Amino acid sequence: MREQVIPISLDAVVGEAGRMKAEGYRLVTLSAAELDAEKVDILYHYDKNLTMKHLRLTVAKDVQVPSISSVYLAALLVENEIQDLFGVRFKGLAIDFNRTLYLEEEIKTTPLCRYTVSRVNKGEPAAKEATEGS
Amino acid sequence: MASRTIIPFGPQHPVLPEPVHLKISVDDEVITEAIPALGYVHRGLEKLVEIRDFNQMIQVVERVCGICSMIHAMVYCQGLEEMMQVEVPRRARYLRVIWSELHRLHSHLLWLGLFADAFGFESLFMQFWKIREKVMDIDEATTGNRIIVSVNVVGGVRRDLTPEQMRWILSVLADMEKEIKQLQNTIMNDYTVKKRTVGKGVVTTAQAYELGLVGPTLRGSGVAQDTRLLKYAAFDEIDFEPVVEPDGDCYSRTKVRFREALQCIDLVRQAIAKIPEGELAAKVKTRPEGEVVTRIEQPRGELVYYLKGNGKKNLERCRIRTPTFANIPALLVMLPGMYLSDVPVIVLSIDPCISCTER
Repeated sequence: MREQVIPISLDAVVGEAGRMKAEGYRLVTLSAAELDAEKVDILYHYDKNLTMKHLRLTVAKDVQVPSISSVYLAALLVENEIQDLFGVRFKGLAIDFNRTLYLEEEIKTTPLCRYTVSRVNKGEPAAKEATEGS
Repeated sequence: MASRTIIPFGPQHPVLPEPVHLKISVDDEVITEAIPALGYVHRGLEKLVEIRDFNQMIQVVERVCGICSMIHAMVYCQGLEEMMQVEVPRRARYLRVIWSELHRLHSHLLWLGLFADAFGFESLFMQFWKIREKVMDIDEATTGNRIIVSVNVVGGVRRDLTPEQMRWILSVLADMEKEIKQLQNTIMNDYTVKKRTVGKGVVTTAQAYELGLVGPTLRGSGVAQDTRLLKYAAFDEIDFEPVVEPDGDCYSRTKVRFREALQCIDLVRQAIAKIPEGELAAKVKTRPEGEVVTRIEQPRGELVYYLKGNGKKNLERCRIRTPTFANIPALLVMLPGMYLSDVPVIVLSIDPCISCTER
């Protein structure tokens, strides 16, 4: 990437969002990409005066990620989207669609993952199935 | 005592060309809360990177949205060109500007018509759409298609414009400019237009920036941000200043789009005046490897693509953040405090493209 990508830890997600906001950055969006059966990358893209800054969080799929929607309200849609498509759960979402932003309630798979984490109980992470190519 | 009611707005509603749902809470006629819901036509196009190679994906991203198909393909190719370090020929960069600004022009005219229709001004709707047809004719004559023009390839463009075609485009644009200006007094000063738009759906400058709004919705709140300032394609050689209006209401957003429609004509003229001779596309000999975040200005605002390749013919990830996706949170701020009868006009004022959002 043209701009630098800064790795962040799970504990620092909300704090970093607050710092970016205080520095006058606009939240552009979040991007998620599956790394393997266990992990996903979540990239937080910020912009100030047309210069972007990217923060990378690498996290296990069954770990709850703190939502930054308390800092940037606009994050709620993209965080719900990642919940639907990658199965990563966000904690403290301003509005939690509970994986029904795009999906029907009965859908338990994660459409954009090659390795699906199925959820048996609504709202609770279940044991990983590791079904390849779902 | 006011009575609280929850009203479903959409997914099927006369003012909505595409399905989106709003759960609107009202006290009598005044809106207290609006919660958007998506997913009625979600297609999962990003998933297709697993079975379509990086060249075939151009046809996929062109179908994310018809109204800005050329711009989706352009940003996708731009991202791959950055990743594979391909130098796009100058002529191709100018041709991209011409077709992308024509797309913006017909998108804004489409919106101005739909917006007029939203508050019942049907003759104005017909006038804008009648003018818009001329851009569709240009697209058809120069690319073979009216909507999905499919001119981009990785490394440049696949079609050229002859000097005769460019002269003809300039003459059509001259007619269009005259016709658009004839509607200026109506869209800017008509009693009906102002009554339905002034002071409606206000987003302040600070709110617009904090909510991450983009495009005319952001610029209509006084923020001079436009991705064309990044000088992509041939914008480094073209005079360009973003159109900004300060008031943050529906009227302000209308003025931005109207002025931008005229600006598009100027940008196409500049591009045609400066276009150099040369190749249409550079040869691409490698496969995409690495990550890139790239963005350009689509008619509705900043369009962002995150692409990830691993040296194989299929990309690992193609993430698309469309401008409407960024502008939907604005409705959480615009709608509360407004009357129920204002909802169609305010919703349309962000120029929602659900096809893009539900990619």
